[in-house]
Amino acid sequence: MRLLAIDSSGMTASVAVLNEQGLMGEYTVNYKKTHSQTLLPMIDELLRFLEINKKDLDCIAVSEGPGSFTGLRIGAATAKGLALALDIPVAAVSTLEALAYNGISSENIVCPIMDARRNNVFTGLYKWNDYNKSEEPEIVMEQTAMEINELIEKINSIGEKVLFVGDGIGVYREVIAKQIKVPYNCINDVMRNQRASSVGAIGMRNYNNGILTHGDDFEPVYLRLSQAERELLNKKTGKSE
Amino acid sequence: MKDEVLILGIESSCDETAAAVVKNGREVLSNVIYSQIDLHKLYGGVVPEIASRKHIEKINQVIKKALEDANVTWDDIDAIAVTYGPGLVGALLVGVAEAKAISFALDKPLVGVNHISGHISANYIQDKNLEPPFLCMVVSGGHTHLVMVNDYGEYDILGRTRDDACGEAFDKVARAIGLGYPGGPKVDKLSKEGNKEAIHFPRAVITDYPLDFSFSGLKSAVLNHINSSKMKGEEVNVADIAASFQDCVVDMIVSRTMLAAEEKKVKDIALAGGVAANSGIRNGLKNACAEHGYNFYCPDFIYCTDNAAMIASAGYYEYIKGTRHGYDLNAVPNLKL
Repeated sequence: MRLLAIDSSGMTASVAVLNEQGLMGEYTVNYKKTHSQTLLPMIDELLRFLEINKKDLDCIAVSEGPGSFTGLRIGAATAKGLALALDIPVAAVSTLEALAYNGISSENIVCPIMDARRNNVFTGLYKWNDYNKSEEPEIVMEQTAMEINELIEKINSIGEKVLFVGDGIGVYREVIAKQIKVPYNCINDVMRNQRASSVGAIGMRNYNNGILTHGDDFEPVYLRLSQAERELLNKKTGKSE
Repeated sequence: MKDEVLILGIESSCDETAAAVVKNGREVLSNVIYSQIDLHKLYGGVVPEIASRKHIEKINQVIKKALEDANVTWDDIDAIAVTYGPGLVGALLVGVAEAKAISFALDKPLVGVNHISGHISANYIQDKNLEPPFLCMVVSGGHTHLVMVNDYGEYDILGRTRDDACGEAFDKVARAIGLGYPGGPKVDKLSKEGNKEAIHFPRAVITDYPLDFSFSGLKSAVLNHINSSKMKGEEVNVADIAASFQDCVVDMIVSRTMLAAEEKKVKDIALAGGVAANSGIRNGLKNACAEHGYNFYCPDFIYCTDNAAMIASAGYYEYIKGTRHGYDLNAVPNLKL
């Protein structure tokens, strides 16, 4: 069993290959080149390094979103093209759950925050209760887009210790420090961003549980309408942005 | 080189998700187009983010259908050709990433294609005997180029628009006279009911660049005409406006094409691009060619609008020339011809 995992939902481009034993290899780059230029050459190099023939891949796990719309689509089109040409399924993985996986050894609630601009974050609340970590996390709060203030209020109302992960830490560190009333930690910088190994681990769980998507049907989860759709909706309902 | 080269073309530069299989650059085995136009009508124009979302939703189905319609499998395909510019960057990226992934998965050569080169190559599909050199007038929603085609994939741009593209001018005028989006076909239809001599709109000429175009002045002239008529309390005859506007556009296109043809001493003149479907432009150029003794070429409507058969055709000529792109191929929204 060989699973190729892809994440291009944020600033980092990351690809990984997993098998039954765990992680075979991972290639993660956070540099100025665009995902369009880096992602496929990285896959090519990683597979060559691991001496894997692409025809022997069994599944493509891909970070489905939320995240950068364009980044998500580059990952999605890459996954869909591979799935179509290799005739293998896609395991769609929530970007937020994969980020939460970076904090899987934590006993606390894990809160991924991705900057969604204008004081908004893509977020959710997860708890990894299962000791073997092979099961799904407890979802304390479903993934959503919300204001950072609103999120902190929610966390305060739950009243449990929280571990923050994700690129939102860099943007909202001070806001969090000011407003939070429960004990908390921010994950260290190296573990902060998206990594394909986490996507792959969840993808492998989904693969084993038969939770797969046909490549043709796979599309990103944006959690947000396009600006034009939002404006049209607001016009209809008489709301302003 | 094999006798038969089959190219899978992929196109997603604007609001059409398209895939096609073409044999030897000329014979279309399949041509699948998923148009999003109805979706964008709501917004009065193409919304890039919505277009990109639709592309990712439909792309696999479109490609599969292209293989199915052509009655071929992946094994039969020699190379993947994809539009990598010019166009909407987010939209282009979907086709580019998809094409690269397929090329990588199947170890098939990847050929990036310029969208305008695709439009020009639609003429190779239409007329199996057309060969360079020839002159080509490319008119579409985003482009207005008068191009000398020296050889396959080798071009000199003789004239270009200084402001709006030809199709943009149609859209803007259509909006001004209340016809809605997309404007081209609607203006064309209405112009048949109007008098093209009713209003004289100015034919803009760029000093020292007689082959270049400018459409923004024409658009302003149309708006001014409407406003001043309203102020004078005169009834605005929209059919006359449509007819006079279209006649002005045709005049500008025909005059420059004839000037370039004389300069370059060509025998063949082709028309290409989405606006080539406009009956006024088509007939205007056709008649001028007949009058001056040039052969006139123009693709069928289905090959004028954005499609992937034209990309596969252009891709074929690049492929046999040895053009190959790497897995780092990026979308280039302002790619030059």
